[in-house]
Formats: sequence, C-alpha cells, structure tokens
Amino acid sequence: MSDVPIPMAPGRSRHVARWGGVLRDVMSRPSGAIGLTLVVFHVVLAIVSPWIVPYDFKAMDAALMLKGPSDLHWLGTDHLGRDVLTRTLMGGREALLVTGVATPIAVAWGGLLGIYFGLVGGRLDEVLMRVVDAFLSLPWILKMLVLIVTFGTGIEVLIPTLAFFYGIPVIRIARAATHDVVARDFVSAARARGHGRLTIIRRELLPNVLDTLMVEGAMRWSWMLLAFSSLSFLGFGVSPPTPDWGLMIADARGFMSFAPSGVLAPVVALSSLIIGINLTADALAKALGLDRAQKAPV
Amino acid sequence: MTAPMIEIAGLSVGFTGRAGATLPVLRNIDLTVRPGESLGLVGESGSGKSTLALAAMGYLKRGLRRLEGTARFRGEDMFDKSRTELERVRGGELALIPQNSGQSLTPTLRIGAQLGEALRLHSGLPAAAHRDRVIELLGQVRLPDPEAIFDRFPHELSGGQQQRAAVAMALAGQPAALLLDEPTTGLDVTTQAHILELLRDLAAERGMAMVYVSHDLGAIARVCDRVAVMYAGEVVLEGTARQVLKAPAHPYARGLLASIPRLSDPGLPVALDGRPPAPGQAGPGCAFADRCALAQDRCRAEHPPLAPRPEGGAARCFLSDRAAELPISGQGGAGAARTQGAGLLALDDVAISYATPGLFDRLLGRDATAVPTVADIALTVERGETLGLVGESGSGKSTILKTVAGLLGASAGEIRFEEAALPPVVERRPPDQLRRIQLVFQNPDDSLNPRQTVAEILEQPLKLYFGLSGAALHDRSVDILDRVRLGAHYLDRLPGQLSGGEKQRVAIARAFAAEPDLVLCDEVTSALDVSVQAAVLDLLDDLRRSQGTTYVFVSHDLAVVRALSDRVAVLYQGRLCEIGPSDQVYGLPSHPYTEVLLGAVLEPDPDAAPRLTADDVVERAPPARGCPFQRRCPRKLGTICETDAPPWREAGGGHALRCHIDLPELAALQGGDGAEGRAGSAAGP
Repeated sequence: MSDVPIPMAPGRSRHVARWGGVLRDVMSRPSGAIGLTLVVFHVVLAIVSPWIVPYDFKAMDAALMLKGPSDLHWLGTDHLGRDVLTRTLMGGREALLVTGVATPIAVAWGGLLGIYFGLVGGRLDEVLMRVVDAFLSLPWILKMLVLIVTFGTGIEVLIPTLAFFYGIPVIRIARAATHDVVARDFVSAARARGHGRLTIIRRELLPNVLDTLMVEGAMRWSWMLLAFSSLSFLGFGVSPPTPDWGLMIADARGFMSFAPSGVLAPVVALSSLIIGINLTADALAKALGLDRAQKAPV
Repeated sequence: MTAPMIEIAGLSVGFTGRAGATLPVLRNIDLTVRPGESLGLVGESGSGKSTLALAAMGYLKRGLRRLEGTARFRGEDMFDKSRTELERVRGGELALIPQNSGQSLTPTLRIGAQLGEALRLHSGLPAAAHRDRVIELLGQVRLPDPEAIFDRFPHELSGGQQQRAAVAMALAGQPAALLLDEPTTGLDVTTQAHILELLRDLAAERGMAMVYVSHDLGAIARVCDRVAVMYAGEVVLEGTARQVLKAPAHPYARGLLASIPRLSDPGLPVALDGRPPAPGQAGPGCAFADRCALAQDRCRAEHPPLAPRPEGGAARCFLSDRAAELPISGQGGAGAARTQGAGLLALDDVAISYATPGLFDRLLGRDATAVPTVADIALTVERGETLGLVGESGSGKSTILKTVAGLLGASAGEIRFEEAALPPVVERRPPDQLRRIQLVFQNPDDSLNPRQTVAEILEQPLKLYFGLSGAALHDRSVDILDRVRLGAHYLDRLPGQLSGGEKQRVAIARAFAAEPDLVLCDEVTSALDVSVQAAVLDLLDDLRRSQGTTYVFVSHDLAVVRALSDRVAVLYQGRLCEIGPSDQVYGLPSHPYTEVLLGAVLEPDPDAAPRLTADDVVERAPPARGCPFQRRCPRKLGTICETDAPPWREAGGGHALRCHIDLPELAALQGGDGAEGRAGSAAGP
C-alpha cells in the first residue's frame, strides 16, 4: 500500500485544529476579515467602555443641550446635555449582553428540537411543524410586545423572550439540515447496529448539523440585535438613563435637523455591528463549505 | 491518410494547489483522432481521462488552466477560440454526451422542445421543419414511438431512454466528432449493452470521430478502434483495441485487465494494489513504479518516454518487452463451497411493500391495493456460504437486504435467524441478534460519518456490543484494522483523508468489529474502481475463510457475484426467477431473464459480442398477475405467461427456476441459440 502520511492531531485537538483552520479561512477572506474585526471591536468596546469613556453617561448639563461637535464633546451633546460619544461607546453593552446570552440559548433549543423532529419525523413532526409555521406567520413584534406587556421589561424577561422567539426559525433550519443527514447511510448503519436515538443525535447528526447551526446562529444574532434595538426604540427595551443605541435614536430623532450627530452616531454604531456579523456569517458559510458555489476544482 | 479531426499536442493542464504550487492534472498529452475513428480513454478515477475529453472541446473545469500545448479540432485550437465561436462549435460539429443524461436534460422542457432548441442553434433548418427532423432523430436513436416521446418530459423516460434522447440531441447538430464521457455508467447491464450497440452503429453510419471515456474496459472493447490508457495524467499505453486489450505492453494495463472479474473465468480476480499518485505527487520516475511488479531502480529515477512498439502503438515503459510476464486474467482462488449444512437465515414468503395507504384510502377504509414491490421471497442461507443476489436496478435486491437488517419491515412472511423469528424492525431486536447481523453499504462516502475519525467509527460497535474502553478498545481497533490490511496510523484519520478503497475497508472493518455471523453486502464494490474492487473482493474472501462468516452479497454485476458466491439467486421486479449453485445458474438451462442478463455482459475483449435478446425497456412496477418477466421475455409462450404464475422447476442439485417452459426444452432452445449468438454479430433491439 502506498501510504501518504497525513499529519493528524489525535482526539480533542482535532476539533481545535479544524476550527482553527476555519478561523484562518474566515480571516483570509475580505468579508471575513472586515466582519470579524468589526465584531471583535464592538465586543471589546462593550467590555472596556466604562473605563475609557470621557464623561459620566448620565451626567446632564442644561447649558449644553443639543450642542454640535466640539473639542470637549467630539460628537456633541443630546437633549439633556449628555455626551453623545460616551453614550454611543457604551450604548451597545445592554444589546450585546442580552443578545449574546439569548442567541446561544435560541440556537441550542431550536437546534436540538429541529434535529429531533428531523430524525423522528412522522405525525408529531407534521403537527408541530404546522404550529411553527403558524407562529412564523405572525409579525414578530406583535408576539414580543404581548409577552413584554404581560411580564414587564428588563433583562430577565428580554433574554428568555428573544431566545424563545428566535429559536423557532432555528427549528426549521436544523430540521431541514437533519433531513439531508438522516437520509445518509451512516445513520442507517447506526440504526441497524442498534444505537438509541440520543446516541444517533449526539454522535451522527449533531456533528454534521453543527456547521449549519453556527452560520444560522450568526445570522440570528444580527436579527436579534435589530429586534432588541427596535424594542428599545419603542420604549420596551432598556430603561433610561442606561445608554442604548435604539433608545438614543428614539430620543434624538426629533432633533435630527439641527443636531444630526445624536442620531447618526448610534445608527453608525448599530449598523457597523450588524454588517460585521453578517459579513462574518457569510465568510463562515464559505469557509465551512456550506456555500455551494465555491468548490475545489478537482 | 485523412487530416485528423481532433489533434491534441503537448497538452498539459493543471491547477494551483493550496501551497501555491502548480499541480498538473494532465501531462504532455499527444493524441489524434481521425474521421470515422473511435478512441477509447481508460484509466482509474483521477487519471485525468474526463478532463482530457473535455479539454478536447476547449473546456476546463473551474480552477483548472492550460499550462501548455494545444487542443485542435479541424486544425483550429479550441483554447484560442472566442466565446461565440465556441458556442457555435460545441454542440454543433463537436458534441458531448455526458455521463448522467437524466441530469443534463432540462426537467421542465419536453423532449421535442429540447431537441428543437439544439436544431435552432446548430442547424440551418427552418423552424417549420424542426418537428419532422426531431422525430427523425428520435427514430435514429431507436426510440420506440418517436412521436409520443416528442411530447414527453425527461422524467417520463427510463434511464436508457434518457440516454438515447441525449444521443439524439448530440446528433442534432450533425456532429463531425462526438465526445462521450462515461455514457453508460450507472445504467443497467442490458440498457448499457443496447446503448453501446447504438453508438457503434451510429459511428459506422455517419463516419463520426468519437472519443469514448470509460473505466469499463468491456464497453471500450465494444465501441473503440483505438485505446489510450491513462495513468496519473499521462498516456501510458496507446494502440489498437486488440493490441491494448489482448496483449497490452504496459504493466498497468495488464494489472487493470487482471483485476476485472469475468464470467468466463470464475474465481477471484487479481488485485492491483496501491493507488495512483495525487496531482503533483508523482516522483521523477515512472508514476506507476510504486505499484509495478517489474519496477527496477531505473523506473524510479528516470521518466520513461512514450516509445513506439514494434507491433504498433506506443507504451510509456522501459520494460514493455517484459510486460507479457504479467497475467491479464484472474487466477485467484475459486470460491469453493464451505457450507456447514446448518441453516442460518431463512426467508419464508417474504413480501415488502413501499406503498402506504394514502389519506383517501384510509378515510374510505381501503387497504393499499398496490402490488407489493417484493413478493414471494423464499430463501435459505446456510452457515458459511455466500449467497449472491443479482438483478437490475429495481429488482428489489437491496430492499431485501434492508429488510433482513431490520431497516424496513416486511409486509408479509417471516424472517428466521437460526430458527428464531427476527422481529421486523431493528428497534425490537435483542442486542445479540443485532450484533450477529451486520450490513455493509454500497458507498462508503455515505456510510461513514465524515466527522468521525476511523477510531471513532470502529469504537461504536466495540463499545455497544462488547462494552470495551481504554486500552482494550484501542488494541481491538488496531487488531480489526489489521484484519482489513490497514495500519494503526489510520485510526486518527477522517474518511475524507482516505481513498475509496480504504474507506470501504473501514466500513467492512466496522461490520466485522461486531464479530457477526452474517454480513449483508449491498453493492459493496460498485462505487469503486475495478482495481480496488478486486482488492475488496479478495479481502471479503479472506475474511470469510478466517472467520467463517456467511455473506449475502448483492450486486448488479454478474461477474462480481460469480467470483464470490457459492449460490446465486436472480431477481426480477422483486420476484425470484432462479436460484441455485453458481455454476448451474451461470450454465444451462437458465431462466429467460438470467439468459438476457448473461447475454448483455461485456467482456474486455474486442472479439466478444453481447447477445441482446430482449429490449431494454425498464419497467416501473411488477405485473399484478402471471410471470413478472412477461413483458420483456424473449421466450414468452403466450397468454399463459400473463395469467398464471409460473411453477418452480427443479433442475437438481438445489438449482431451480420459475418458468412455464419445461427445463429440457429451455436447455435445447438456449443451447442452440447461445452458440449461434456467440459466433454471429449482435442482434439489434
């Protein structure tokens, strides 16, 4: 036999090596490099911003209401005389915390349920998927407002609400991805050997659906950020005086014509984060080979 | 001599690898094809044969680029042509017939419309004449009732009919040259034989130049005048079909021929070990040196030129004069019966139905009234023997295996394993029964989880059935890998890092890790190259000798089944036609269906012609009454075949077949006919 030696790291470090390779691939693409840089920038900023901002975010000054950019206030001040730069730098903290916790929960429960439905199929699957369809056909904001009005605002309500609603579309994606895998012979082989459903899910299905879930998770994250900011904008998200982009946009939009920086700064911040996440998800899909247009020539 | 139609000179094609180096896929190819000539390109997968055929029309797959050389068609380099010029030539004077025509026909356009489009682009005919011309073309490719086919959609045609429609489409532009890329791979044996006869006739009628790409030397032998054998992107042997197939002057060609199982030569073929180098991996010497039995130091150091041979043709080998020392036909050990007399598996009148009653049927309280896909299967398998199941696609052979494995439930009948009834579905079977019956699938790319290492794959049965862990688990894994002739260093590899043959060995190792009594093999070699197939057959034979394993071996390839099986059962449309010891089933008298199948088998010998007695119309459902083979049977008696189920007729020695014709008469009919068919040329459909 002609053995071509292929250097392989054994065991756990194989997974580390694979994801390391994926990360390098993502960074080698322009969209991935730009996107991931933006995302990392925002996450780091959210963590360190309390120590680097020039002012107290809630310090009001009636003399400085709606001033334009100046040496002291680079992005000007809002209608209560608070520093816009300070508030913009700190305005993503709540959003990133809530969505950062809610996204993995959404992907985990939606993913596992989707894989289970995809494997088991049958009547239960039919009925539950119709329920999912019905759920998805309602406008999301309506559903969320009902819950928030019932249980009140605050992180302890927002995280489970977002995790619940954004897990539902994940069920669909995970179920479809599982259908592709279940049809393959290695799943039949595991069934024929006599493995239980849980083992089949854990060992055969999950590793093959994980790539899709990762990309889906990234996409859900950006949607969820948008939803969170929309809720804040409507006044159901973060309560004042905590700085938040959605809330800042809502507060400043009335003064847009003579103090545009009050709206522009949080808009740019929020957009750059969402664009960053989307670019990263796009590059991740390509790096994982989920993007079918990109195939090796031979 | 006439001017060459296709002339490839010094052509090299490559791509840029991960490390940035240029890796060649085709290396310095020189080939010419003259009008009326057909050239066969053969080689293992990855040898560059398809790439070469496509390069002849100036097409390279994405990522590939021409490094040097030319590919001329009628004296003009296809790589220099503009896009519009290429569009005019391709599909017109130079047409391609791809492997899977079912996928190359547009599913939403009727056949007539698709051919009409080809005429619009590549013929000067006025639109009004298109319909008549299309019907004429459909008739030329011997499609029955061309007027009806004109209005059909591709999915309404069988695989063979789709391939004929693709041929008709290629002919629409009155091509001077045809490129055929594995045009019959994936088709049933009878369909394949018919398509090949059609291509032969068309080439002769029209004086077209043909380039025929195939891994199947039998098909090449039937269609081609000249053959070029490719290895690692190079032509290693070129000559007439007779030179290349009967007395090849290159060790690789001889190894390839020896690895083909043949009907005329029962017993295991000789495996050609190893695998070709990946692009860019070939050393300075001969690319085949590592696998060559004759290789000397010079072969590894120096690259052999393609040198002309005294008898004609050319070979890329320093030792081509000595190549005749190597065998070109199988001589492995013949599979002697090893039965121990005790029954292991019995199927009692098993029927399997895929049809489930629809909503309306259930509401109206009706049962599914459809004819079951598989019915009346009564079989026994004795401990230690190998039972082969053969038949065309749709014959139910894989369905029966899945039912025995418990992946599908039987709708009637009983399956017994060692006299104990097997519960129909796998979830109800006790662990010990599960362990003792193992299944090996057709395609290892599909049956091995791409995210698990070989160690993780082998661990699963070992943990599940024997509760092994730690060092004991590792030792047993190494031991099992050793049994399938793979080293311990394979444990950390992922399936994507293995070759096709290695993957299938891992799949076999996983089945044998359970220490089974019965291994169900579902087309285990059909996704592999012939050279690799021979090695896998040899491994299976070795394992049954050392472990005393019983096999049920399913294949559409009669020669493969013959090489391994003690007994053979022939299936048509989910019904048994014939069963008995291999020698008797492959001899006379045969069930008319077995006769049709055997007649369509191609031998890698330019002098052998197939005997085509039945048409190749693929049926989609078995008839409700009478003999399952009634619609295609060349020996049909009359209405009795349509109304009454044929009786089983015992021929002695456990050989039995189901036919209304009695055995002496059948033997007489077939004896006379067979001799005539072998001597004469093939009959058209």
